[in-house]
Amino acid sequence: MTALIDRFFGPRVNPLEASRHSLRYGTPGFLLLVARVLLLVSLFLPYWHMELQAPQYPDGLHMTAYLNALTGDVAEIDGLNHYIGMRSLYEAAEIERTVGVFVMIAFVVMLELAAYIHTRWAVLLVVPVVFFPIVFLLDLHLWMRHFGLNLDPEAPLSNAVKPFVPTAIGKGGIGQFVTIATPGTGLILASIASFVLVLALLFHRRAYLPLVKQNKALRTSTT
Amino acid sequence: MKAGFRSVRHLSALGAGLAISCVTSPIFAQSIRDVESVAKERGLTTADLIAAAKTYVPSGEKDEYLMFASGGHAGQIFVVGLPSMRLLRSIAVFTPEPWQGWGYGVGNKILEEGFPEGKANLWGDTHHPALSETNGDYDGQFVFINDKINARVAVVDLRDWETKQIVKNPLTLSDHGGTFVTPNTEYIIEGGQYSVPWGSEYAPISEYKEKYKGSVTLWKFDRKRGRIDRDQSFAIELPPYWQDLSDAGKLASDGYFFMNSLNTELATGGIQDKKPPFEAGASRNATDFLHIIDWKKAEQVFKAGNVEQIEGFPVITLETALAEGLLHVTPEPRSPHGVDVAPKGDFIVVSGKLDPHVTIYSMEKIKNAIADKTFSGTDEFGVPILDFDSVVEARIEVGLGPLHTQFAPDGYAYTSLYLDSAVARWTMGGSYGSGTPEPDWTLVHKTPVHYNVGHIAAAEGDTVSPDGKYLVALNKWSVDRFFPTGPLLPQNLQLVDISEQGTRAPVIYDMAMGVGEPHYAQIVKADKLEPWTTYPEVGWDPHEQNINPMAPKPKMERVQRNEDGTVDIFMTAIRSHFNPEHIYLKQGDVVRWHITNTERAVDATHGFAVPVYNITASLEPGESVTIEFVADTAGTFPFYCSEFCSALHLEMMGYLMVEPE
Repeated sequence: MTALIDRFFGPRVNPLEASRHSLRYGTPGFLLLVARVLLLVSLFLPYWHMELQAPQYPDGLHMTAYLNALTGDVAEIDGLNHYIGMRSLYEAAEIERTVGVFVMIAFVVMLELAAYIHTRWAVLLVVPVVFFPIVFLLDLHLWMRHFGLNLDPEAPLSNAVKPFVPTAIGKGGIGQFVTIATPGTGLILASIASFVLVLALLFHRRAYLPLVKQNKALRTSTT
Repeated sequence: MKAGFRSVRHLSALGAGLAISCVTSPIFAQSIRDVESVAKERGLTTADLIAAAKTYVPSGEKDEYLMFASGGHAGQIFVVGLPSMRLLRSIAVFTPEPWQGWGYGVGNKILEEGFPEGKANLWGDTHHPALSETNGDYDGQFVFINDKINARVAVVDLRDWETKQIVKNPLTLSDHGGTFVTPNTEYIIEGGQYSVPWGSEYAPISEYKEKYKGSVTLWKFDRKRGRIDRDQSFAIELPPYWQDLSDAGKLASDGYFFMNSLNTELATGGIQDKKPPFEAGASRNATDFLHIIDWKKAEQVFKAGNVEQIEGFPVITLETALAEGLLHVTPEPRSPHGVDVAPKGDFIVVSGKLDPHVTIYSMEKIKNAIADKTFSGTDEFGVPILDFDSVVEARIEVGLGPLHTQFAPDGYAYTSLYLDSAVARWTMGGSYGSGTPEPDWTLVHKTPVHYNVGHIAAAEGDTVSPDGKYLVALNKWSVDRFFPTGPLLPQNLQLVDISEQGTRAPVIYDMAMGVGEPHYAQIVKADKLEPWTTYPEVGWDPHEQNINPMAPKPKMERVQRNEDGTVDIFMTAIRSHFNPEHIYLKQGDVVRWHITNTERAVDATHGFAVPVYNITASLEPGESVTIEFVADTAGTFPFYCSEFCSALHLEMMGYLMVEPE
């Protein structure tokens, strides 16, 4: 059993070796720490913005999505959306908004754990976090698609507006409105974290793969 | 757009002598030559172009000042932006106003509070608005206004620009010396005008001297509640002269207020019996009386309970006022109009319409004369008369028919000249004298205005810190200034540029006011006001300035038939529907129709109008109103949103169906 755990966590580096090659063995852990900090900070920052521009709203209408909340002129946008039969935006991604913070905390714990695992199993803990920003955008797109394509046919303007897919990132338009969707600083930080994590995995491989191979060779020669 | 503004700004360079600098804007390739050709085509002079450049406010830009003008017979307040002279809004006060729904569903109870003798009087003669003050300066929170015809005072909250209260003066039936506020808006002063017996009881005019009364009322203002506190208010009995315009002291004269009077002759008219008419009898004497009233002392007398309850209202009798030394008078030129306190409170300027002078009194001399009892006698009611020569500081001949004075920061004062149709600029003396190049107490310049100017209003020109810059002459006649709109011509509000010293003070804009006769106006720096652009929360009751817990909310819309037979309708309004849309009532139902506008967007106002029932209401974003009526007429009534709210505005309607008994 101990052996199994040892094989899961991988070889430990002796302190002398570690201090001699502090850069080699320190870098993966440091990068994982950076990613954790970025993700934790992103929790408090907006992940996505949408601005709606129209002549009668000189300051525009603004909507901001956090991992756990939707803020801004949502009620006003909902009010306008009712003309085309779109459901209230508050009904979108309810589960995601409920669990978002916990998922992020779980990610941070996974990365913490990954820092102690010196085998390829670390990849398993890191990769879901790497893909998080893409999954976020994909989820956003699917919700937009779902909302845009499922308009109430009984709505006042259902004859005038055909179902459409609002853009998740970039410029779009509906009626007299120009919509501009942009990633928020939170999403940008999470994306940077993904990049940092890929780097961390590379450095992880460089530091520990030789040790793993060394251990394996040792085990084969002793048996 | 920007390039367009730029070339407009170059107009002043043009005015400097039509030096053609050929400043071109790269985008539109317009140049000062284009301005010249427009001017030529339209026959505009350089002065016209400068006036245009000084007053034009481009689309999207905002005015620097707001003028709160009384609406005269309109019974409202009109708000005009300066320097554009655009009418921004009317505020419904004493008169029903359908756009605001005032009196047709909202504000009915406030209007009813002001009904004299319980009789529906649905107009007002508004004369003198008074913005609330802190330390003698406008604070932009409230504006008050009087109604001369029925002696009423109204309170308007400048967060939502809506009338919150109307109080009816229980003692008298006309007021002119109001409204004016004390330096921290402790009191709103309302001076009566035509004397009547207390409570306007019947008394033949032969008993004028004994039965008819003059008075001034000090309405206590509760700033926190935004209401006049009737229980803390009181009046002072005055001789049965016709008290006129008033002004509160400030700084050097803090604690006092001043009132003009006419008919100190106690004339009773009677032209039909070949007696001298009022116009002759009331201007027989060369002088009338300036009233000097110590309101801080009067407040103590009131608080000590030294009052008589008259018509259910506490009154300091003339006898008490004299015993306590609250009231002094001093001669003033006859038929006076304005009494205006200088910015530091040290001088009081009086204009008598039949005397070509302005008379300037010194507060220091007044205080000394009161202390030393320098009296030239008493009037026939025993009021001590301060010796004229001991209290006068200066007299300046300014022209014919001087009416009303305003002040500028540099030491100039301005007086309207009704008969000369002009505004006189003259220099103040004392500590103000150093601000102007001309000698103290001299007439400097007269600007012709068109025509028959009444009041004038300079930017913050009756406060402790006047701004100068702009002055508006509120002219009674316009004669040839505008297209003749039938025999009833508009008033002419002329903007005068007073930013330069010396003999230049040109008229730079004529604003036709075709909806009533503004008397006085006050001009406040716009940034002092912090109006709401929507009500703070959905379900707001503007009367209470709070959320109404009973306000209809989304998903709780219903028609509720109560056990007592009354019906409550809980309705919401949002673009572009009312909910519910079908309302069934039975003839005779007593109905309370509650509607909340649940919008949060700026300017998303809905109207609510019901035919036959004479109902219309303005529902501003967040506002909740309750309209009460008896469904006495059976039938089918399409109600609708009366404010073009959205592309589907016409569809924003519903049916009220009242089933016959």
